[in-house]
Amino acid sequence: MEPVRRAYRSWGGVLRAEGDGVRPRDPQSAARLLQAPPAAPVIAYGCGRSYGDVALNPGGLLVETRHLDCFLAFDPQTGLLTCEAGVRLADIFAVISRPLPDGSGWMLPVVPGTRFVSVGGAIANDVHGKNDHACGSFGNHVESLELARSDGSRLICSRTEHPGLFCATIGGLGLTGLILSATLRLRKVSGLALESEEIRFGHLDDFFALDAESAEAWEYTAAWVDCLAGGAQLGRGIYLRARHAPGIGAPPPSRETRIAVPFAPPISAVNALSLRAFNAAYLRKLGRTGRKTQIASYEKTFFPLDAIGQWNKLYGPRGFYQFQAVIPPQAAHAGSADLLRAIAEAGQGSMLVVLKRFGSVGSPGLMSFPMPGVTLALDFPNLGNDTLRLLRRLEDIVVAARGRIYPAKDFSMSAATYEKGYPALSAFRHFLDPAMSSAFSRRVGIHPAEAQT
Amino acid sequence: MTLTARRVAIFGATSDIAIAFARRCAEAHQRLVLVGRDRAALDRLAADLSVRGAPQVEVQEADFARTAALPAVAEKAWTALGGLDVALIAYGSLPDQARVSADAAEGEAALALNFVSPALLADALAARFEAAKAGTLAVITSVAGDRGRQSNYLYGAAKGGLQKFLEGLRHRLFKANVAVLDVRPGFVATKMTAHLPQSGPLWATPEKVAGDMEAAIAKRGAVLYTPWFWFAIMAIVRTLPRPLFHRSKL
Repeated sequence: MEPVRRAYRSWGGVLRAEGDGVRPRDPQSAARLLQAPPAAPVIAYGCGRSYGDVALNPGGLLVETRHLDCFLAFDPQTGLLTCEAGVRLADIFAVISRPLPDGSGWMLPVVPGTRFVSVGGAIANDVHGKNDHACGSFGNHVESLELARSDGSRLICSRTEHPGLFCATIGGLGLTGLILSATLRLRKVSGLALESEEIRFGHLDDFFALDAESAEAWEYTAAWVDCLAGGAQLGRGIYLRARHAPGIGAPPPSRETRIAVPFAPPISAVNALSLRAFNAAYLRKLGRTGRKTQIASYEKTFFPLDAIGQWNKLYGPRGFYQFQAVIPPQAAHAGSADLLRAIAEAGQGSMLVVLKRFGSVGSPGLMSFPMPGVTLALDFPNLGNDTLRLLRRLEDIVVAARGRIYPAKDFSMSAATYEKGYPALSAFRHFLDPAMSSAFSRRVGIHPAEAQT
Repeated sequence: MTLTARRVAIFGATSDIAIAFARRCAEAHQRLVLVGRDRAALDRLAADLSVRGAPQVEVQEADFARTAALPAVAEKAWTALGGLDVALIAYGSLPDQARVSADAAEGEAALALNFVSPALLADALAARFEAAKAGTLAVITSVAGDRGRQSNYLYGAAKGGLQKFLEGLRHRLFKANVAVLDVRPGFVATKMTAHLPQSGPLWATPEKVAGDMEAAIAKRGAVLYTPWFWFAIMAIVRTLPRPLFHRSKL
């Protein structure tokens, strides 16, 4: 199979680079690509939804998993689903999450903010959802996975078979080998639809109060925050909590977005002016009561951004940085306040800012991002050095608070920050596949030899 | 009309357009016969289609280049589910014009796989549909069959010949209430075109083509250009005066 040179960019679009990619037709040929020892480093590329450089590999080879898209088995008694790594979550919803007459159905236990990601990518980044405090991360629901390694082996890894490799592969950023397929344990819910409540709040303190009150009874929680507000309004926003509505079904969301941004505007459509206007209007959307309750499909709650395809193009040709970090519980309040203050002072940021608490379920992943604490996520239009300076400041706050930054969204953290945030790094190195590496793994010094040079 | 509980046979079932079409059928809970050359690939697809909702999937190995065996291939596929409602012939190859011009054996093989074989298979299936007095026979040809062009006239001739063959077959089967659909895709991002960049406004996905095919089968259409704009493009290409056409690089 001959590699084809294509233009690859990750979701943030800061870096676009020509790259060599191959699109194996089936798991056998994908595994064979690794067996013949590749001349250049290899990394898997799924749907291109990572924001930074975890799935970019300039000078190396990208193995695209788009054709590893077959379902292999589903058992409607146990909810165990086996599929190839390129199957997208949107396809699982469409095929498996069809509501039964009583409204119940099989649900992916953990869903990130977009359904257009691959199963392989969801495992490699150990993605999380709004129910982390109740269900943990994606990796908590992986029963087993099949991994192709460059020594020619194809290993079924689970909590009992090759458990070390299993834990290293969950959240392992594709560096332990090529994930060919996985078995996921889906969850039966008594109603696929969601009962949800949105509540306006005036300050970061109120977020913590609302969150403490909601955690027990509401399985999905997150808050939108006005990143421009400072002072007495620091951290104001809208708190969202939701839970499944027994007896009420919901049809699967569409497999493709119906409308898409056709081309990138010459300058970012997200800027200080549009941000101020949007945030002011959005805060008022709940009206005088500041509260709204509804029962509806999970689509709008889980995937607000999937309503518009290619929304990343709105940031214009220079793209954007995404930042997401988690601050552990003891420093959560002060640390998140520091982050929000730094962002408000800089006057940068975007419409979509999410604050959410991670729980203590604990992922099996050795290098997983989720850990107990509070996580803040937002975009920054790429304004060059101004943006990088702010990101560095946020990074310092995270390091001081003993937090960590999310590799899937990162394009700027230092090797030192990565090492401090992920203390299992030295254990992880034992499981690396020598053929695999990415722009990210080289940048943050995951490979010991490169870290020395 | 929606697709309900049909029996569908797909010849060349592991081509990308065929896979996309088979998945649509499976998700509408239709029964399927998959015919192709690669047993492992057929089995992998069959498992996928079962999870997607197909109540029954039969797998049948066949080498379409062996034209003598085609009547038996048709017979076996027909009887696997006790008759068929839809048959889709989806196999073919995209030969390099310079190579087939230089190598007569390769040219002959390409003509056989893109014209002789699908035509004979269509004929064998037509007799059964005719006797049943119902059903749809869909065959994937190409917009390349609409006018001979320097860049791929062997492929174009094979597909154009197939178009004419289907035209005649449609005429014959009209009385028997059997629809014959000639599917003419433009550029589709499939493994057949994997050596091309596959990006730009003219390129379509196999899913798009499969969706158009499903709609055309439901409407009992005769000729389908997919995506639709190829109808307009090919109308121009077909009617371009020869002096102009000869100066083009098409």
